[in-house]
Amino acid sequence: MATTAETFQAHHGDHAHHDADHKPGFFARWFMSTNHKDIGTLYLIFAIFAGIVGGAISGIMRMELMHPGIQYLGWWVNFMGGEAGFDQNLHLWNVLITAHGLIMVFFMVMPAMIGGFGNWFVPLMIGAPDMAFPRMNNISFWLTFVAFCSLMFSTFVPGGTGNGAGTGWTVYAPLSTTGSQGPAVDFAIFALHLAGAASIMGAINFITTIFNMRAPGMTLHKMPLFVWSVLVTAFLLLLALPVLAAAITMLLTDRNFGTTFFDPAGGGDPVLYQHLFWFFGHPEVYIMILPGFGMISQIVATFSRKPVFGYLGMAYAMVAIGFVGFIVWAHHMYTVGLDVNTKMYFTAATMVIAVPTGVKIFSWIATMWGGSLEFKSPMVWALGFIFLFTIGGVTGVVLANGGIDDNLHDTYYVVAHFHYVLSMGAVFSLFAGFYYWFPKMSGRWHSELLSHLHFWTFFIGVNVIFFPMHFLGVQGMPRRYPDFTPAYSYFNEMASYGYMIMAGSMLIFFVNIGYALFAGRKAEGNYWGEGATTLEWTLPSPPPYHQFETLPVITEANDYHNHLPAGERPANA
Amino acid sequence: MSATPASASTPLDRRNARVGAIALLAALAMLALGFAAVPLYRLFCQVTGFGGTTQRATEAQASLAALLGQQAGAPRISVRFDGSVARDVPWTFAPERTTQTVRIGQRDMAFYVARNNASVPVTGTATFNVEPEQAGRYFQKVQCFCFTEQTLHPGQEVRMPVLFYIDPAALDDPNMKGVEQITLSYTFHKSLTAPQ
Repeated sequence: MATTAETFQAHHGDHAHHDADHKPGFFARWFMSTNHKDIGTLYLIFAIFAGIVGGAISGIMRMELMHPGIQYLGWWVNFMGGEAGFDQNLHLWNVLITAHGLIMVFFMVMPAMIGGFGNWFVPLMIGAPDMAFPRMNNISFWLTFVAFCSLMFSTFVPGGTGNGAGTGWTVYAPLSTTGSQGPAVDFAIFALHLAGAASIMGAINFITTIFNMRAPGMTLHKMPLFVWSVLVTAFLLLLALPVLAAAITMLLTDRNFGTTFFDPAGGGDPVLYQHLFWFFGHPEVYIMILPGFGMISQIVATFSRKPVFGYLGMAYAMVAIGFVGFIVWAHHMYTVGLDVNTKMYFTAATMVIAVPTGVKIFSWIATMWGGSLEFKSPMVWALGFIFLFTIGGVTGVVLANGGIDDNLHDTYYVVAHFHYVLSMGAVFSLFAGFYYWFPKMSGRWHSELLSHLHFWTFFIGVNVIFFPMHFLGVQGMPRRYPDFTPAYSYFNEMASYGYMIMAGSMLIFFVNIGYALFAGRKAEGNYWGEGATTLEWTLPSPPPYHQFETLPVITEANDYHNHLPAGERPANA
Repeated sequence: MSATPASASTPLDRRNARVGAIALLAALAMLALGFAAVPLYRLFCQVTGFGGTTQRATEAQASLAALLGQQAGAPRISVRFDGSVARDVPWTFAPERTTQTVRIGQRDMAFYVARNNASVPVTGTATFNVEPEQAGRYFQKVQCFCFTEQTLHPGQEVRMPVLFYIDPAALDDPNMKGVEQITLSYTFHKSLTAPQ
């Protein structure tokens, strides 16, 4: 690993002592970056950009769904350079749901959680100078970027009835094979290949970094829970994504090279694709939420000024969730014709996941119990996360039942469920982490007032969008359709108003970032004070370009909670 | 990657390379497993009758089953036949009789009638399964037109036989309790291997 050696020599070389914070020029710094903090920043900017694109697409969808009938899709078909027609309009709808799903999963949540906060804070929290393979880290980012470009490009080339890949984020055969002629689906699959390769490299990097580069004395059982969460996530990525790669490679050869892996005419089986996809897809949903769990643990402990309740239980609950996540995949396919025994197994196994998840929820509550609570912006987002994620978890237990799912499968109930755990669970934890660490990353304070305002408007907005969807689903409204019977108008209109509230709250977010960057107060090293006890708080804000030239030492006096050196430790700890 | 003399690799670099390589191997193993899923899934379906996959039996097995069924005083069961063609196959294809009643264990013969309505010869191959799915492992075929490809000349009409029996082991399976009818379904696809 010559690259690592060079980087390390740069850290320890003589010139480094004269100018410890020497930064390369603009192009070398941001385009050829090997610095984990810079790459983390790139990932966060990328994720925010992709989030705007994905969020705008859901805006088009909520606009169309506000009233029954098809009002706006034709305009958008013409706008995108196509020719509006009934089939073309419906195809555009499929393209929109596909793009929204793929962008939010692969280019917003994952880059922000793992690429952004993972890159920024895993090395800082374990006391490492950088990631184990800094150059591979850079390759991961740019592969993700090119993957996003490939997905965007796919919307401008033919994909069957119109331009773009209209397959859903699941890319099920035969819709994605014989059902979608034209190169759009190939480009979408290529995007998944690239994003997958990037994530696998990222996973290898995190595993190596966490196993080998922890500060002296920091045992696995003293690691901060955020680092634990990224470690478990990295293992899920490493074991799940190659299976997706295999499945979509077979899709590609079915599409272009005459193989019949998923084509019954040649002895294949489309249901096999679904098995392979969900063997990846279910761990994927934990990939999206586990780093959030880690951040919430740090934040709740910080603002309760208490060590997290049941540290080992919290860590191993994540390991258990990760493990069980691999053996429940068929609960996404209850309606393909599984026999009753198979359904019973997958129902029971799925419900088992509620146990470690419950351990986490109750441990967060127990952490706050008797704590000296401070309702700073990260904490209110964390509380919002705990409340809303629990709602999503409860509907998840409902959907886990094979018998009930026969009725609710592919209805808006499912849409409501997974948006409660993702667009409220994952996104609330992202905002919590953002407000927790933004002054650390930028050196500047955001406005706490705007952050709280952002929280309340966002909280109301997303609930108004997604709560009525439970009712629509129970009443039988199917997902993935741009039109509906007027009987469903009331709640659809309500959800669209919710979108407007949510969009308004995002404006507050951007104003807040702008305020912080241009007029924000300077942030000190440990701006949250007593409760913030992990190693990133021993550094100034923003941290120097190269940190921990002398490795911090975790002594016997440091437990799993408090990693501060003796002099900086609060008196009562 | 071996380190150049100018930048001798440190022990940490070597450990990183080792852990990184092991992680990469794990990823490659999962990739291989993803592809291996194709033959494994087929094998799994054939062995367990998963998803209503029917079984193949020899004449000898069929005779033994008939004997066992007779000794057990096996009841009769209704078998329903269903036939369809893929969108691009210009055939009419249907069973001669929609249902037949057969004693469990007893061999029975059913016929499908296929006719090529096109002006060119068409080669087809049939996929099949049974409902309910738990019957798949007990539905034994001795002979079937679905074992090979079928070529029909323009306007040609043929009767296609399937020789089958229901394994008397079904009598001992609690999941088969209350199953009064088994549906055997075929779909003809255009053969992808034969020149059309």
